[in-house]
Amino acid sequence: MNQINLGRRAALKSGSATAVFGLFVAAGLVRPAAAQQAGWNQGAFSAKGVDSVVKSLGGASAAPTKDINWGSTPEIAENGAVVPVSVTSNIPKTESIAILVEKNPNTLSAVFNIPPGTDPNVSTRVKIGETSNVYALIKADGKYFVAQREIKVTLGGCGG
Amino acid sequence: MADPMRIRAKIEGDKTVVRVLMSHEMETGQRKDASGKLVPAWFIQDVTATWNGKTVMSAQWGPAISKNPYLQFQFSGAKAGDKVTVAWTDNRGDKRTDEAVIAA
Repeated sequence: MNQINLGRRAALKSGSATAVFGLFVAAGLVRPAAAQQAGWNQGAFSAKGVDSVVKSLGGASAAPTKDINWGSTPEIAENGAVVPVSVTSNIPKTESIAILVEKNPNTLSAVFNIPPGTDPNVSTRVKIGETSNVYALIKADGKYFVAQREIKVTLGGCGG
Repeated sequence: MADPMRIRAKIEGDKTVVRVLMSHEMETGQRKDASGKLVPAWFIQDVTATWNGKTVMSAQWGPAISKNPYLQFQFSGAKAGDKVTVAWTDNRGDKRTDEAVIAA
């Protein structure tokens, strides 16, 4: 028993520091310094599927909501490279609005942080690869809510 | 340095409406060029808008935001003549900051 313990300690102390570090990287505890800005949520922007994005953003789950106004967001987009998306959240204490596109290679398109004094309303333009459910993911008072609508695309937007 | 952003900030009712058009390729990393090679991902990752030193909007973007990104938002408290500053940083570390005076 003593021998085994000594063996493990020795292994950790010796030049296996890099091996241990490697384990930490593999476990996702340390992110390699890839080309990204400090604070850019690489995990969230690589996640696939709504649930996975919510978890990467620190949420447990997102409750469905209808308290979203989609403004001038179209139901059919002629050009998938430039689809206007406009989201207004009517949920009190909205802190952030995220736009997700289900069928895109990576689900999360953008996260907008709404400081006090700013309306919970954003408009932008996104690429949609093919007809897809588009989700507005709202964080309000620490909880997540999600609304969806389908946007049909006639010409795909990812450059294919 | 990238081309300047076009920023329009206008008082509408009791809000300042800010409309920004940025100049950026927003490459997803999935597109192939004419010779069949993948064009590397190159896109704005962080956007921050401030007024009087206060952040009025901040965003993290992925490459699915369209080329030459458009952003519109609105906030309270400012008056005509105040300035709104918008800054972005992309995944290569390039940056751009522009400002506009809020119009009545």
